[in-house]
Amino acid sequence: MSSFIDRLTNRNRKSANQAKDRLQLVLIHDRTNLSSVVLETMKDEIIAVITRHIDIEPDMVKIEINKDGRQQRLIADIPILGAKRRR
Amino acid sequence: MAGKVLTITSGKGGVGKTTITANLGVALASHNQKVVCIDGDIGLRNLDVVLGLENRIVYDIVDVVEGRCKLRQAMIRDKRIEGLFLIPAAQTRDKTAVSPSDMIRVCDELRPDFDWIIVDSPAGIERGFRNAIAPADHVLVVTNPEVSAVRDADRIIGIVEAEEKGPARLIINRIDPVMVERGDMISTEDIVELLAIELIGIIPEDSEVIISTNRGMPIALNGKSKAGQALQNIARRVTGETVPFLELSHQGGFIRQLGKIFSSGGSKNE
Ligand SMILES: Nc1ncnc2c1ncn2[C@@H]1O[C@H](COP(=O)(O)OP(=O)(O)O)[C@@H](O)[C@H]1O
Ligand SMILES: [Mg+2]
Repeated sequence: MSSFIDRLTNRNRKSANQAKDRLQLVLIHDRTNLSSVVLETMKDEIIAVITRHIDIEPDMVKIEINKDGRQQRLIADIPILGAKRRR
Repeated sequence: MAGKVLTITSGKGGVGKTTITANLGVALASHNQKVVCIDGDIGLRNLDVVLGLENRIVYDIVDVVEGRCKLRQAMIRDKRIEGLFLIPAAQTRDKTAVSPSDMIRVCDELRPDFDWIIVDSPAGIERGFRNAIAPADHVLVVTNPEVSAVRDADRIIGIVEAEEKGPARLIINRIDPVMVERGDMISTEDIVELLAIELIGIIPEDSEVIISTNRGMPIALNGKSKAGQALQNIARRVTGETVPFLELSHQGGFIRQLGKIFSSGGSKNE
């Protein structure tokens, strides 16, 4: 169902915008040699390391690659659980 | 004279490198610069036909490198344009017949006698491309407004940077303003944003390019065509002049986009 809607909305989107969005992702992968699979694995490993030391909210962790000119930055957003909410 | 080496390259083939090399040669020479164009596409030579000089080849760059002739003997003088020369590629050899250090040596020998040495690179990231960028002082990367060409351009820009030949500057060739306005062609603004390098030229899709290539008369000789004007403007920017980008459409949509490129700093030094 959702893929049907996706297809509909995709067909209505301008092809130039699709080209730009697709290029954005491809270029990040080409420049960093990081696939989304590797990125997911890294995320799990980072969560494992950090939870050994502090309490975090694993579901809220965001790992993404940001562009800064021709440089790529790995950005990790890891919400730390407050003292009151600790187990 | 301390000639500068200007290398025209791309990742993907067929995006317009040879056309641009020939026309920058013509345009720079018509501005009283002394120019030699080197065909770096050994085995698939084409710069000779685009320039209309194919009937005058005796020696080529491989003959020079292998010592069968003097550099002077391999240089073909264009009789139509004062100060323009071609050093053709060999047609029956492959890229390994020339090395990056050969190219550096040949260009160093040419520098005292020329203002510009323009090297037409083959596509790809192999030996021919390495040969073409080895002697470069400036690198211009050519792309078309298509996903695959932009992606390959990004690879090339990265390699040029890693080889410390950068920053490369970008030429977007074969843009169709009507398609851009319709949202069916990626815009120059978006390409500049994706590749994050300085833009030095935008050349429209223009059937005059094919006609002039049929005749062996580079389009920059024809001041009336849009593509010819765009190429003339790139030549002036190469020499350091500030030249505004051409108006490519009457509707104004394209111009607004160009305005945005200016204000976003995507075309600094323009
Ligand atoms: N701006 C343009 N408008 C129309 N045709 C073009 C334009 N630029 C290049 N071409 C055509 O595209 C083809 C490939 O160009 P070429 O310069 O040989 O590319 P490359 O050297 O990168 O392989 C040629 O047929 C050429 O005439
Ligand atoms: Mg070519």
